[in-house]
Amino acid sequence: MSTAVAVKKDKAPFDYNKYLRPNKLPHIWCPGCGHGIVLKAMLRAIDASGLSKDQICMVSGIGCSSRTPGYVDFNTLHTLHGRAMAYATGVKLAKPSLKVIVITGDGDALAIGGNHFIHTCRRNIDMTVLVYSNAIYGMTGGQYSPTTPQGANATTSRYGNIEPVFDCCELAKASGATFVARGTAYHCQELEKIIFEAVQHKGTSVVEILDQCPTYYGRQNKYKSVTEMMEKIEKDGTVSVKQADKLPPEKLQGKLLRGVLHKIERPEYCEQYKKFIIGKAQGK
Amino acid sequence: MAEPAKKLPNIVISETLCKGCSICVDFCPTNVLELRGNVVAVKNLEACTRCQLCDLRCPDFAIQVF
Ligand code: SF4
Ligand code: SF4
Ligand code: SF4
Repeated sequence: MSTAVAVKKDKAPFDYNKYLRPNKLPHIWCPGCGHGIVLKAMLRAIDASGLSKDQICMVSGIGCSSRTPGYVDFNTLHTLHGRAMAYATGVKLAKPSLKVIVITGDGDALAIGGNHFIHTCRRNIDMTVLVYSNAIYGMTGGQYSPTTPQGANATTSRYGNIEPVFDCCELAKASGATFVARGTAYHCQELEKIIFEAVQHKGTSVVEILDQCPTYYGRQNKYKSVTEMMEKIEKDGTVSVKQADKLPPEKLQGKLLRGVLHKIERPEYCEQYKKFIIGKAQGK
Repeated sequence: MAEPAKKLPNIVISETLCKGCSICVDFCPTNVLELRGNVVAVKNLEACTRCQLCDLRCPDFAIQVF
């Protein structure tokens, strides 16, 4: 007898409980919200990196995505709206041995925390910034954010948004981040690899992660289902950098690139601080 | 000649965690799952290839396959 698809050998499912705080599930995110998919990809990436739970400090601001640290069993800080990177900078300078991971959203990182974002990138301080980018302020009721596409509806753009968007990755690169990448919740296995690479990087690494807010963005923009959002925005709306070179320009029109977009080496802030400030201050 | 009995996959669903978003149902490459009310259920276990895409894309830690 032949079956249409080969059945793979047993592969044990990933044990997320190892990294989750007990009895915190179900999480608060709405049915179909992409944040849970991103959280899982991140936990697999952290597991692959071999870091212990105590070596990690996860810092977030305010917003739906910023609830993430409440569920994970690392050192965690849930801070003020837009200020996660400022707190994270303090943590990293006080204890450079920690692996600092910032969880933020498009509104938190690029609007309210826009200044902290660009100056974190400029300093190239060693931390990984994961921007859960769903083009809306979910927690506060669906207001448009700097990544809401032109023409899209939000609670505060009833006639369609007229503002041009920020390209989070271009902004990070121009501000000085030394690792910049983009992934999506739909491409969750690729995302896991990207986050793994971002965590390995020394310096500021920024990953913009396109995910979906069905409750506000989806409903206000007439998506029929979560699946349709994931297909249209994350799958069809993006192209892998690996394929982009082979495609004619018209196929790239209106699409965002996925994958590692920028990776360079530049002196890291904590090391510079140790070398040029601490030594002098201690008269060495 | 009779084939040795094929070991069927185990699909474990948490009814308390599943929020019925349908992501796993819609993206399963072999149409194994369906929604019954607000919770996912298995309708065609034989077709499951253990690709684990349902688990990977489930936002709610609600489904595992092994
Ligand atoms: S409001 Fe949107 S972003 Fe917030 S949990 Fe619900 S779906 Fe997710
Ligand atoms: S493991 Fe793959 S084939 Fe089996 S139910 Fe999940 S998505 Fe479908
Ligand atoms: S993806 Fe998860 S939460 Fe959504 S229907 Fe499937 S098992 Fe339930």
